[in-house]
Amino acid sequence: MLSSWLNRWSRNWTMPGALRARGVVGMNRRNIGYISKYNDRRLYPLVDDKLQTKLLCQKYGLASPEMIGKVASQFEVERVVDMVRDHAGFVIKPAKGSGGKGILVIEHHDGEEYVKPSGARITRADMERHVSNILSGLYSLGGSPDVALVEGLISFDQAFAEFTYEGVPDIRVIVFKGYPVMAMMRLSTAASDGKANLHQGAVGVGLDIGSGWAVRGVQYDRPQFAHPDTGHDIFSLKVPQWDTLLELAAGCYEMTGLGYLGTDMVLDRRHGPMLLELNARPGLAIQMANGEGLRKRLELIERQPDGVPVAERVAFARKHFSRSKEDVANVGMAPIAD
Amino acid sequence: MSRFAFYLLVGLLMLIGVGLTAYRHISFDVPWVPGAQQKVWDIEAQVAFTATGGPVKASLALPENQKGYSVLTENTASSGFGLSYLDDLPGRRAEWSIREAAGSQLLYYTVTMLESDNATPAAIKRLPAPQEVSWERPYDTAAAQVIDQARERSADSFTFARELIKQFDNQRQGENARLLLTQFERPELMLRLLNEAGVSARLVSGLSLEDGRRRQTVSSWLQVFAETPQGNEAVDIDAADGEEINTDWVLINPETGKQGEPDNLLLWEGRGAPMLEVEGGVNSRVSFSMIRHNEPAAVAVRNKLANDELLNFSIHSLPLEEQALFKTILLIPIGALVVVLLRVLVGLKTSGTFMPVLIALAFIQTSLVTGLIGFLLIVATGLVIRSYLSRLNLLLVARVSVVIITVIAIISIFSVLAYRFGLNAGLTITFFPMIILSWTVERMSILWEEEGPKEVLKQGGGSLLTAVLAYLAMNNPWVRHLTFNFLGLQLVLMAFILLLGNYTGYRLLELRRFKPLTED
Repeated sequence: MLSSWLNRWSRNWTMPGALRARGVVGMNRRNIGYISKYNDRRLYPLVDDKLQTKLLCQKYGLASPEMIGKVASQFEVERVVDMVRDHAGFVIKPAKGSGGKGILVIEHHDGEEYVKPSGARITRADMERHVSNILSGLYSLGGSPDVALVEGLISFDQAFAEFTYEGVPDIRVIVFKGYPVMAMMRLSTAASDGKANLHQGAVGVGLDIGSGWAVRGVQYDRPQFAHPDTGHDIFSLKVPQWDTLLELAAGCYEMTGLGYLGTDMVLDRRHGPMLLELNARPGLAIQMANGEGLRKRLELIERQPDGVPVAERVAFARKHFSRSKEDVANVGMAPIAD
Repeated sequence: MSRFAFYLLVGLLMLIGVGLTAYRHISFDVPWVPGAQQKVWDIEAQVAFTATGGPVKASLALPENQKGYSVLTENTASSGFGLSYLDDLPGRRAEWSIREAAGSQLLYYTVTMLESDNATPAAIKRLPAPQEVSWERPYDTAAAQVIDQARERSADSFTFARELIKQFDNQRQGENARLLLTQFERPELMLRLLNEAGVSARLVSGLSLEDGRRRQTVSSWLQVFAETPQGNEAVDIDAADGEEINTDWVLINPETGKQGEPDNLLLWEGRGAPMLEVEGGVNSRVSFSMIRHNEPAAVAVRNKLANDELLNFSIHSLPLEEQALFKTILLIPIGALVVVLLRVLVGLKTSGTFMPVLIALAFIQTSLVTGLIGFLLIVATGLVIRSYLSRLNLLLVARVSVVIITVIAIISIFSVLAYRFGLNAGLTITFFPMIILSWTVERMSILWEEEGPKEVLKQGGGSLLTAVLAYLAMNNPWVRHLTFNFLGLQLVLMAFILLLGNYTGYRLLELRRFKPLTED
């Protein structure tokens, strides 16, 4: 009885020493050692407010989804209909939302009925209520009044069509002191209701920093080898324009000044890599998706000098964090010896 | 900030905290454990009135030794007023006087009562004689009929009183009873009727003792007398003055007709005299604050002497009303510690950081099971109603306000239902902080819509689990004793929480979450 209990326990639980050996960063270390140490609180509004991020992107020439308009007060709510009239698809999101909350995606509409990616239809009144809720601060941190952003819909790269269900797959890169240290792709599933949040059931695919090839997939923190809805093999996933993407992510360091940053990007069919949003408190699930702890990579970066240009930082990361030399060779870079 | 300064701060806090605690234990004999001590009640009466400018005389009834309680010490505070204790009949009173006073006045009287089973009540020297009462025209017949009916169904004074009150029961009121109630207050009416029927009775004032209560008022109770058989010879009441007589009495709640003395009822005024009389003032009222200690009676007395010492870091030197408040406030750091432990060491998800502490505070007022059931019922009902509200297309502020009103309505309905079914426990769910409940309903309903019922269960369950653990920690008699008696422990708690805030190791639940990472 005791042994079976112990057995079950050891199947699901591990010891702190084993995690430490793997270099896993836990919540407490992330909060104290990285977020509060490298992220100046003063800079948080730059990323917590997506409107500010957007303006920064325009200032620094970083690509981001087209902005259709914004709604800042309740009496403007009715203007949304006019705003989106000439756009087939659009996204309404709260400027200060977090964790993907309150994002409404409309694929197409006829002015009266609006169709979500899932095929569900909502009325104009539903959409206006959603905007009104955003303005009231329902989705914002601490419930403070908010602004609703209306953005153009991203037409994501066909390379990913097989890997997603109803949603746009996005690419999360952790950027530490301007160096991209770890990356993953988040694939929406039927279980996640088309959303790209891992805790809701999206599949996380670890990406090799050197090449953009998939290295591992997880769903609900457990290994996953194929997309649960399309059945497509996860290991056949390779992100195109990988170098541009890494440079876009690394550039966010200069743009915001935040040392420990999660960058969420998408690949648009026409415009290539675009920055969706930034996160000053990125989660730790990326370690699960990569099957590797962040700690060793972060410590290596901590020893690097400041003031290195973007291209060099990206090259450094690709050299040191690459999984196998073959993959690096595949994307046209000479393998570099450690 | 350098780590050295941090550890220095933590060390200093620990040192001062432990030092203060030890000092209080050694020099004031405050015991470490609540243990086998006597229960002592500190009760403070606050007399407030507005003086009209001339001479003022205020007289307050004082409690006496009685069944279950005996008087230990008493104090008064009243700047500028002369004071004397009057010990003649009826009962003990404190009388404050001043030649000239204007504006609002506050007088304090503090008494320490020892809870003891062998207290000897003052002997009853004579029965209150039934007073002559006169009735106006339509009321006299009504009174006579009510009395006749009660007399038919009763055998002696006690059963007569019970039958009489039964006729004024809310559900079974007859026409006569209703007519009488339009003219008189219920307690006074009962006394009149008993007097009319020739039964010895008086109205006394009782105070319900409950630890940590503030701004309490006294309630009226009927004391009904009957002589015991042996006492039959010495009946001449006036002549018997000064001599003890054999008598028996029962206490009856004039509102409910319930007979017998409830637990924790202190008869503040037991002689049928008014509680408070003020000459030269208007708007006079008296309110009470009370607090219970578990200290040896001797220490309770000595504490009074040590009050003015600077180093005596004790809240016992505060007015009782503040002490009662602090008794609860000092528990909040314990709840906070539980939350910090569960979040930093275990990694439990809660909705709202310190909401569980507030829920735990409510549990202390309601008792755990009632609190849990009440909380679940209210939030579940609230969620159902809220899901309807979400279809109405309202602005957020309006919707939350509607949820607040709905929650109040739900609480009222549950309280009334509980009362109807005779469950007194249901009434205590009014202790839940309304805003907390409303926000919980609102948050949970959003969570339900966006993340599904699973996440609601996870966060709601986490909050409730945290609240229950915080409640168990806060309601522990040892913890209550220590936090209230040793203020220095708060510094130790703070040092401990600071150390926890510095913890960079793994959380317990992360050992499960990251398990797959150690596998390949």
